[in-house]
Amino acid sequence: MSAMIIFAICAAAAVGLGLFGVITNPHPLRKILSFNILGSGVFLIFGIVARRGAAAGFGGDPVPQALVITGIVVAISATALAVALLLRLFEATGSVTLRADASADTSEDRAAP
Amino acid sequence: MTTATAFNLGLAVLVMVLACWTVLARGAFAATVGFVAYGLLLAFIWIRLGAVDVALTEAAIGGGLSGVLMLGAAARLRASEALIAAETIAAGRRLWAAALSAVTALALVTSVLLLPDPAPTLAPAAAENAAATTLGNPVTNVLMAFRALDTMLEKVVLLLALVGVWSLGPDRFWGGRLGPRHRVDPEGMLVFLAQLLPPAGVVVGIYVFWVGANAPGGAFQGGTILAAMWLLAMMAGLTDTPPSGSRRARLVLVAGPSAFLIVGLGGLWLGEAFLAYPLAYAKALILGIEFAMVPTIAVTLGLLLAGPPDRSAQS
Repeated sequence: MSAMIIFAICAAAAVGLGLFGVITNPHPLRKILSFNILGSGVFLIFGIVARRGAAAGFGGDPVPQALVITGIVVAISATALAVALLLRLFEATGSVTLRADASADTSEDRAAP
Repeated sequence: MTTATAFNLGLAVLVMVLACWTVLARGAFAATVGFVAYGLLLAFIWIRLGAVDVALTEAAIGGGLSGVLMLGAAARLRASEALIAAETIAAGRRLWAAALSAVTALALVTSVLLLPDPAPTLAPAAAENAAATTLGNPVTNVLMAFRALDTMLEKVVLLLALVGVWSLGPDRFWGGRLGPRHRVDPEGMLVFLAQLLPPAGVVVGIYVFWVGANAPGGAFQGGTILAAMWLLAMMAGLTDTPPSGSRRARLVLVAGPSAFLIVGLGGLWLGEAFLAYPLAYAKALILGIEFAMVPTIAVTLGLLLAGPPDRSAQS
């Protein structure tokens, strides 16, 4: 079994597991973690595409590799923003639920004074 | 089965087990620890795929900084877990989600295996034009010359994320110091590490940036290592976060993207296009931009992880 097939299965599994986690985990922090796993699977597919394009003495096509580096930077920025939003939600409402009805109740309580 | 295949297989299985653990573990803290290990092992896959530049980035970000971010958040959100545990979705829906995820994964594997052969590649084009910049690292060439616009906008995204995080601070603390103050045992292990590691870490960070012109490395990887060293010192209480109103911090934050923008506009004015470097000065300009970007990247990442303004500037 070639390295490409092994890592392709690994990348696809990461996307699948991440997707499953984003849908089923009720805790937003777990959703953020799962989303990062989903993203890393997508990056790995870029890596496989880059590796397949190895030519001209390079170990891989440098263009997808550079795109992945940019992608990782954007992913950490978005993750940091998501975590800050979540911590603020917890600080303001004392809960991290994403259910629309629950958050409406607490915000009314808070708005009273 | 050769040794290389056995190694690849073992690595892939380990990474998949850790991904499962991160998604399915009971507690958020346990899941986060799994995620950090996952990020580090993923870096090995990147090495196996011949992408050492990406491996360095993944190890520094996936295994390092996002680990710090997530572990800190998990610790602060510990009280929320019991409340939300009742919200688990019904078994039927979980089954649907599992089916959807499995179909997505299968479709991805099939499409990767059905990719055209020989694969389309831009590697020969990158090799042909490498002489224009005289840089030896093709990934740095792509990041800083051929696709420089992406890299410039990526720095703007970092800055926008920081603006987003800062805007989450309460009104009364605007301009105040970022994040909670860290109080730790001055005789403890963390303080010892925070005194021991940064001198070496700073040298490694600068080296990784400098060597990136010709070997795997670069401004982003180097800046991330510097950010990690700064965060370590902040978390050990050896230094405090700057106030968000600090003019010096804000100047460093915009220095990198500004240098990039000025060089880009200079290309538009003197040369042929936005971000078109004059051939004779290409390498000097690229290294100049990277030099301006390293402190910006280090400070932006450090402050992104420190959190929104949380105290008054004096405290």
